[in-house]
Amino acid sequence: MPFGNTHNNFKLNFSVDDEYPDLTKHNNHMAKLLTKEIYAKLRDKQTPTGYTLDDVIQTGVDNPGHPFIMTVGCVAGDEESYEVFKDLLDPVISDRHGGYKATDKHKTDLNFENLKGGDDLDPNYVLSSRVRTGRSIKGYALPPHNTRGERRAVERLSVEALNSLDGEFKGKYYPLKSMTDAEQEQLINDHFLFDKPVSPLLLAAGMARDWPDGRGIWHNENKTFLVWVNEEDHLRVIAMQKGGNMKEVFKRFCVGLQRIEEIFKKHNHGFMWNEHLGFILTCPSNLGTGLRGGVHVKLPKLSTHAKFEEILTRLRLQKRGTGGVDTASVGGVFDISNADRIGSSEVDQVQCVVDGVKLMVEMEKKLEKGESIDSMIPAQK
Amino acid sequence: MASSFARVLSSKRKVGILSLVGAGSLTVGFFLNREHVNAGSNVRRIYPASAEYPDLRKHNNCMASHLTPAIYAKLCDKSTPNGYTLDEAIQTGVDNPGHPFIKTVGMVAGDEESYGVFADLFNPVIKERHNGYDACNMKHPTDLDYSKIRGGVFDDKYVLSSRVRTGRSIRGLSLPPACTRAERREVERVVIDALAGLKGDLAGKYFSLTIMTDQEQQQLIDDHFLFDKPVSPLLTCAGMARDWPDARGIWHNNEKTFLVWVNEEDHTRVISMEKGGNMKRVFERFCKGLLEVEKLIQEKGWEFMWNENLGYILTCPSNLGTGLRAGVHVNLPRLSKDTRFSKILDNLRLQKRGTGGVDTAAVGSTFDISNLDRLGQSEVQLVQTVIDGVNYLIECEKKLEKGQDIKIPPPISQFK
Repeated sequence: MPFGNTHNNFKLNFSVDDEYPDLTKHNNHMAKLLTKEIYAKLRDKQTPTGYTLDDVIQTGVDNPGHPFIMTVGCVAGDEESYEVFKDLLDPVISDRHGGYKATDKHKTDLNFENLKGGDDLDPNYVLSSRVRTGRSIKGYALPPHNTRGERRAVERLSVEALNSLDGEFKGKYYPLKSMTDAEQEQLINDHFLFDKPVSPLLLAAGMARDWPDGRGIWHNENKTFLVWVNEEDHLRVIAMQKGGNMKEVFKRFCVGLQRIEEIFKKHNHGFMWNEHLGFILTCPSNLGTGLRGGVHVKLPKLSTHAKFEEILTRLRLQKRGTGGVDTASVGGVFDISNADRIGSSEVDQVQCVVDGVKLMVEMEKKLEKGESIDSMIPAQK
Repeated sequence: MASSFARVLSSKRKVGILSLVGAGSLTVGFFLNREHVNAGSNVRRIYPASAEYPDLRKHNNCMASHLTPAIYAKLCDKSTPNGYTLDEAIQTGVDNPGHPFIKTVGMVAGDEESYGVFADLFNPVIKERHNGYDACNMKHPTDLDYSKIRGGVFDDKYVLSSRVRTGRSIRGLSLPPACTRAERREVERVVIDALAGLKGDLAGKYFSLTIMTDQEQQQLIDDHFLFDKPVSPLLTCAGMARDWPDARGIWHNNEKTFLVWVNEEDHTRVISMEKGGNMKRVFERFCKGLLEVEKLIQEKGWEFMWNENLGYILTCPSNLGTGLRAGVHVNLPRLSKDTRFSKILDNLRLQKRGTGGVDTAAVGSTFDISNLDRLGQSEVQLVQTVIDGVNYLIECEKKLEKGQDIKIPPPISQFK
């Protein structure tokens, strides 16, 4: 079972048939692709930290999925998982990321100057702009598998790195376990606080173990740059502000990330990255850029238009409710963000958001005037 | 679907089993020899024990009360032959700090050997949970001789239903927190094979959770038999809900008075119940059924986990000994409002729960009243305690009905 490695060989006393999970009622990427043959081939392998195939797939076995939503159904326990279990994870990555091949190379571009426009989204419609990504610290196991000692080490290193930032990035760390009620209240009001995960997708993967030990939130004084430590990934880095100036948000995001990375590299613990998968994160869905750039935008008319979903798909965007993943929209306000993560760079993906949201706001305005938007519907990007 | 098993080797520490599936199916054979089970790598240790020791300052459970840094350091590198570790055993207690008023146990066993390998922590926890029971030196009495019960037929006017439950684990297979899918499926096979051999008023049928029809499910819900995927974080953090609903199911006899849960919180939970107040008959069926099932598994070379200090071995230390909870749903409108109610229960060594079971509230004035103790007294002793206690409660209720006063009984002793 997850969280330990001492029983890995014990399982090999039992046959493949007896251990192979029953996935007949499952609907997730892992269940679709984990044949008995692949299971048989990989079941006796383990990564250097002792993570096994059964650990990788436990969340997908425990959560059969939804008929309409295809979850990933597997996670990595460390950097090497993506290599040791590539016979399963490469097909999953390909299935999840639109055919991304095992031989493809991923482009990283965090040069904010390459972003065109993005400072002119209409604030009457675009209420807020946000860019987030994740980063994993090389040399440590990931949240599904790390021990308390490792998690604390990641926290120590991260806090040291973040506290050395200055200028617009000067800030403070709030460890979850010693937060005062007042601090907690403030962080909730700022929409910064993250909770102990309740999603069975995360719990079944062991990511909430030892909560809240080693977890915390760091943010700058201006409350425009925020880092979550040891939630679903080692680090989740978020730049956000009210209004539609995505350009400014993306600049802060890139500059902040690069400053943090420099500090980690100095300690010989850079970020996990390779030229095939880009930035390595816990969930295969976040590989590549791990970036979700999005806005909260008012689209009451467009969102009820018959072609809304089609438009989003063609623009390579996705919608979520204003509470984030798996929530519903409130008052016609949607969270619109990039759908892709791998195979295109950070700049590419934020460009999609900027261009796409601009177009959709134009469409909304047209619909307000009672005009048709048929001529505006874009081709597939 | 019958399988047959032949015991190849049997000793206290070595169990070898060869399994053959019957006619018409592929032969699946596997040899399980404890001696060869090298669980694998040593516990992965990059940091010293002090860096791994959990922060238990805000915790209130038995594990947190007894896990000192010294004990952690001593045990953190150990694992059972199957590979279960201390960190796994305590995970549920680390993840669930507890409630200021309710003290949970905070740790589980992954296999029979856990109680031995991690005795330095289990024993003080057992001592606290079971009122001073010394697992090293005391012997636990097992007694399923139902003929010794005196009385036990309550007035139906007060007692709405009677129930006795316990758990049993199959020796040689890991417990729900640690079992692999193959082991869990093996537990299911062994148990339903044995249950299929029950006859007479015990003859029944198995309903697998994976293939249950909607109709069967509804019927089991209406009968109050169906168990759900655990939602309590106490159980999910210990890994007991993994692979749900694979190899889980419910067996019950045709008369719906004897019921076995397979692979929920323990390998098996065995329940005997009836409407009305005939606890005597409920316990008789309970004992007969248990002994018959034990005989049937022994014929196939299996046995229950049991030792003379801890009695029946179950996942949670709170259920060691008899693992027995004998109780009634009893209506006590006047007594339950009396300020002496809790004290009376305490002295009778009884506990009250709501009619939904543990951690539920009473509905109206109907309470679930059952034995507090599990370890250190036998099944017969505990059921007699419940019978005598409930009789006393009903007498109190009757006295209050007539406007007479009641007395708090003297406390009865724990370890007889």
